[in-house]
Amino acid sequence: MTHKILRNGLMAAALAMPGAAMAADVIQGAEKQATNWTAITMFAAFVLATLYITKWAASRTKSAADFYTAGGGITGFQNGLAIAGDYMSAASFLGISAAVMISGYDGLIYSIGFLVGWPILTFLMAERLRNLGRFTFADVAAFRFAQTPVRIFAASGTLVVVAFYLIAQMVGAGSLIQLLFGLDYWIAVVIVGALMMIYVLFGGMTATTWVQIIKACLLLGGATFMSFMVMWHYGFSPEAMFADAVRVKADLATAGGKTAEEAAVAGQSIMGPGTFIKDPISAISFGMALMFGTAGLPHILMRFFTVPSAKEARKSVMWATGWIGYFYLLTFIIGFGAITFVLTNPEFLDGSGALVGGSNMAAVHLAKAVGGNVFLGFISAVAFATILAVVAGLTLSGASAVSHDLYATVIKNGNPAPGSELRVSRITTVALGLVAVVLGIAFKNQNIAFMVSLAFAVAASANFPVLFMSVLWKDCTTKGAVVGGFLGLISSVVLTVLSPSVWEATLGNPAGSAPFPYTSPALFSMTLAFLGIWLVSKMDNGTRARIDRAGFLAQQVRSETGIGAAEASSH
Amino acid sequence: MQDNLAERIAADPNYQLLKAKRSRYGWILTIAMLVVYYGYILLIAFDKELLASRIGDGVMTWGIPLGFGVIVFTIIITGVYVRRANSEFDELSEKVRREALK
Repeated sequence: MTHKILRNGLMAAALAMPGAAMAADVIQGAEKQATNWTAITMFAAFVLATLYITKWAASRTKSAADFYTAGGGITGFQNGLAIAGDYMSAASFLGISAAVMISGYDGLIYSIGFLVGWPILTFLMAERLRNLGRFTFADVAAFRFAQTPVRIFAASGTLVVVAFYLIAQMVGAGSLIQLLFGLDYWIAVVIVGALMMIYVLFGGMTATTWVQIIKACLLLGGATFMSFMVMWHYGFSPEAMFADAVRVKADLATAGGKTAEEAAVAGQSIMGPGTFIKDPISAISFGMALMFGTAGLPHILMRFFTVPSAKEARKSVMWATGWIGYFYLLTFIIGFGAITFVLTNPEFLDGSGALVGGSNMAAVHLAKAVGGNVFLGFISAVAFATILAVVAGLTLSGASAVSHDLYATVIKNGNPAPGSELRVSRITTVALGLVAVVLGIAFKNQNIAFMVSLAFAVAASANFPVLFMSVLWKDCTTKGAVVGGFLGLISSVVLTVLSPSVWEATLGNPAGSAPFPYTSPALFSMTLAFLGIWLVSKMDNGTRARIDRAGFLAQQVRSETGIGAAEASSH
Repeated sequence: MQDNLAERIAADPNYQLLKAKRSRYGWILTIAMLVVYYGYILLIAFDKELLASRIGDGVMTWGIPLGFGVIVFTIIITGVYVRRANSEFDELSEKVRREALK
C-alpha cells in the first residue's frame, strides 16, 4: 500500500498542473458519487449571484473596449484579486494539496515554480504592457511592426495556449464535478460551457472579472479556514503538525511491511526533497516554462489592459503575487493536514488504504474532516466556481485574438464597420464555447496531463520572447519577431509530443523510447526562439526593417512614460 | 504620438534619468529573483541531503524555512519594486509628462 501511495505520489507530483489536468488524470475512472445536495445548493447560490452580476455588467458592455477590458475601469486591488482568481485553478488547489499529502516537500517545490514568474512579469513587462496595449498582447508585440504577420503570429500563439488550457479545464471540470456533485460527466461539461458562454457573451470582461474576484475570495477564504483549523488542532505549532505527519507516514510504512528503521526513514522523507527534481536539465527547463510562461499567458496579459494606468497595473501584480503566494503556503498546510486528518480516518479510505475518489480528493476530504458536511459542500461549490472563472477568462482571451487581431486588424485592415468587431467577438465566444464542450467530451478518457504544461511551454517559448524582444530590443524587426516566434511555437509543440509525457504516457510507446528525454522543452525552444529573433533581425535589411527600427524610439518613450496611452483606456 | 514629441521627450534629461534608473532597478531585481529561484532548484538537484537535514531535535528540516523563504522573498521583492516605482519613478514620469505637454 505504501508503495502504491508513493508511486501515485511521484505521478501526482509530475502531473500536477494548474488547469485541473492532474485532477482529470487521477480522477479518470473514478465512479460517480451520490448526488451532493449541499454542494449543489451552494453552487446554485454562486451561479445566481454571478448571473445577477452579469445582468448588471451587460448594461455596461456597449463598446468593444467594455467587452475586452471592462472599459479600463478596474482598480489595481480588484484586478489583483481577479488575476489571482484567473491563476489559482482547481488543480492548483486539489492537485498541489494532493501532491503534498503524498510526497510532502516535493509539492512545495512544485508550487514555488508557479509563483516565481510574477516578479519577472512585474519588473520587465507589466507597466510596458499597460502603456502600449489596448486589448490584446498583440497590440504590444505589433506596436511598431507590420501588423498582419505579427498579429497572425500572436493570434496563433494565443489560440494554441487557450485551446490546450481550455481542453484541460473542461476535462478536469467534467471528472471533478462528476465526483463532487454526482452529476454525469457530459452534464458537467455542458453546464460549465453554457455558464461560461453566458458570462462572456453578455457581461464581457466586467462579468468575467467579477466572477474571478468572487471566486478568488471564496477560494482564499475556504483555504484559510481549513489551514486555520489544522494549525489550531496543533496549537499553532508547525513542529507539532510536521511531527504528527511524519509519525503517520512512518506508521503507514510499518503497516506496509517495512522494518522500524525503514519506516522512520520513509516518515522523515516527506520533510525533504524527493524524486520530483531528477536531472538538473529537466529542473531548469521546467522552471523556465513556469517562470516565463506566466509572463506569456494571453489571458493573464489581457488583465493588464483592464486597469486605467501603469500605477494600477503595478498594484495589480503586487496584490496578485501576494494572494497567490499566500495561497500556496496554505495548500502546503492543507496537504499536511490531509496526512494527519484524512490518511488516518477510515471514513475517507477504501479497502486498499487509498483515498476514496483518488488522491486529488485530499483537500475535499479534509474539508469534511475539519468543517463537516456543510463545509464540504462549500469547498465542492468553490471548486466548480474556480473552473468557471478560469474558463471564462480563457474564452474571452481567445475571442479577442480572433475578433481584434484577426478580424479587425488583419481582415479589415484596422477599420472594421462600427459594432462589427464586438459582434465577431460574441460569435467567436459561442464558437469557442461549443468547441470546448465538444472537445471536453471527446477527450474524456484521454490522458490530458501534458496539456497545461504544453500551454505554459508555448507561452514561454513563443509569446514571451516576441513580446520581450519587440518591447526591449531596438533592432528587432517584423521578420525576426515572426520567424523566431513561430520557431518557438513549433519547436515547443514538437518537443512536447516527443517527450515522455506524450510519446510514452499518451501515445503508448514503451517507457524510455521518447526521443526527447526531458520533462519540459522550454530550455531548448525558448533559446531557439530568442536566437531566431536575434539572427533574422540582424540579417534583415529590407525597407520594412528600417521602418521597424525607426519606430523604436516612439515606442520606447510611450512604454516608459505612458504618454499617448491615456486615450487608449478613456472610452 | 508624433515623432517630434517623442524626440522631444527622449531628449529630456528627466526622461533619460527615469529610463536609466528604472531599467537598472528592474534588471537588478530580475537577476536577484533568477539567482534565488534557480539557486534553490540547483541546490535541490545537486544536494538533496542539505535540505533534508534537520534543524534541531525535532522533525523540522532546513528545506521548510528555505522553501517558505523563496515564497516570501518573491512576494517581498515584488512589493519593493512596486513601492519605488509607484512613488519615485512615477514622480519623475509625471515631471516628464508635464514638460512634454506644456
